[in-house]
Amino acid sequence: MKKFIAALLVGAMCVSLAACGSKKADDTADTTAAETTESTDAAADADAADGEFTTVADGVLTMGTNAAFPPYEYKEGDQVVGIDAEIAQALADKLGLKLEILDMDFASLITAIQAGKVDISLAGMTVTEERKQNVDFTDSYATGVQVIIVKDGSDIASVDDLANDKIIGVQEGTTGHLYCSDDYGEDHVIAYTNGATAVQALLQDKVDCVVIDQQPAEEFVEANDGLKILDTEYVVENYAAAVSKDNPALTAALNKALQELKDDGTIQGILDKYIKAE
Amino acid sequence: MLEGLKKGLYQTFILDDNYQYFIKGIQTTLIVTVFALILGVILGVIIAIIRSAHDQQPERKKNIFLRLANLICQIYLTVIRGTPMMVQLLIMWFVVWASARATDGNMIRCAILAFGINSGAYVAEIIRSGIMSIDKGQMEAGRSVGLTYATTMRCVIIPQAFKNVLPALGNELITLLKETSVVTVIGLRDLTKGALIIQSKTYQAFVPFFAIAAMYLVMVLGLSWLMGKLERRMRQSDLR
Repeated sequence: MKKFIAALLVGAMCVSLAACGSKKADDTADTTAAETTESTDAAADADAADGEFTTVADGVLTMGTNAAFPPYEYKEGDQVVGIDAEIAQALADKLGLKLEILDMDFASLITAIQAGKVDISLAGMTVTEERKQNVDFTDSYATGVQVIIVKDGSDIASVDDLANDKIIGVQEGTTGHLYCSDDYGEDHVIAYTNGATAVQALLQDKVDCVVIDQQPAEEFVEANDGLKILDTEYVVENYAAAVSKDNPALTAALNKALQELKDDGTIQGILDKYIKAE
Repeated sequence: MLEGLKKGLYQTFILDDNYQYFIKGIQTTLIVTVFALILGVILGVIIAIIRSAHDQQPERKKNIFLRLANLICQIYLTVIRGTPMMVQLLIMWFVVWASARATDGNMIRCAILAFGINSGAYVAEIIRSGIMSIDKGQMEAGRSVGLTYATTMRCVIIPQAFKNVLPALGNELITLLKETSVVTVIGLRDLTKGALIIQSKTYQAFVPFFAIAAMYLVMVLGLSWLMGKLERRMRQSDLR
């Protein structure tokens, strides 16, 4: 009797697993079919110009990001939305791929690209020499400014004041983290896993200031009373999408698509939609 | 492959004196673990005594203070064991101790408090199991030769109970050591944070993570060896 039940269970499991498998296959088949009819031209163009590129999952552009960085990426319900999400969607449409977004820690993004877990990463990521050694970057699609958030009435008035034994809150692995660690020493920099936690720490006087990208900084300041952004910026830098070094064809295809999107004004439109003119 | 490993090792340990992150990280991890354990054991013993005193008394003879103390202990155990360590730590740092500046000293003190309070709940139940495992006759014997309840507890019951619970206590110590890795959420630079910082600087994941895995393993081996020694020492009177 026991054996019979065991056999039955094994059978049931096989059937259910098989069901899962075939359903997934159907799904992708459906979507690829739909996508291809939609954008055969674009895909064909890209293929002809740049040779074959491969993605982690067939027919899907897997993007990694850290969805705690408004307005570039943040969560609305379960959905990751924002500038980067929309640009990635536009890129995926151009390439004839379906977009899938994975949310992870910012510091893990480049590792995830190297490990082949995601194809690209759009996360308001600045192009730096160190990063270039480990991943390829597409052309820049936006410029970012690192600014300093302080509380109203803070004795920090400019970048120079940061040197006076201040504790600086940053988001782990961001350029702000790297630059501040180099400039002011590791002991004066507290790295939090996301920007919101760093701002929380600032509100409670745990840190004296937060160095973070301008757009999220503006959102944070707007959402919390008693904070302000210093007029002098910390650094100015370029944002770009990161792609694995093993996949130059994808970088080329993305650059081509990016250029087309810049030319037809799509990128500017997306930026304007999220970043209000001052 | 070998080239990559060499580059990884170089970037992880030698470049920019990165090995310093590991040394400082181990110090922080050990400080938090040891002091949290001490706090946890103190809390645990007190709670275990209250709880077992309450449980061992007949229903009609229980006094109101003991009932109240037992109730408080039970609430503490339920809340602490029923919520994730990381959440407790975040609450401790951002809510309870909101006024603290983010200096290393403050973060370490906060971590010790949070982990000590957390550990206390688990240690309490471990020690209570030890107290309950000692035969009722031991207490009766102690009391009948004229020892007070407290003295019997201190000199007869607890020493025997402690010996019984050593393996379980060692288990808790090892769990505590590894669990301290969640202090990264408040920004404290422990061993795990060190590896994360190195990862974000060099984009190497393989070497730093394996390195800290090995370091945690070595620390745990050291602790188990110490616990083993302590256990043997406690068994010396056991020649029967």
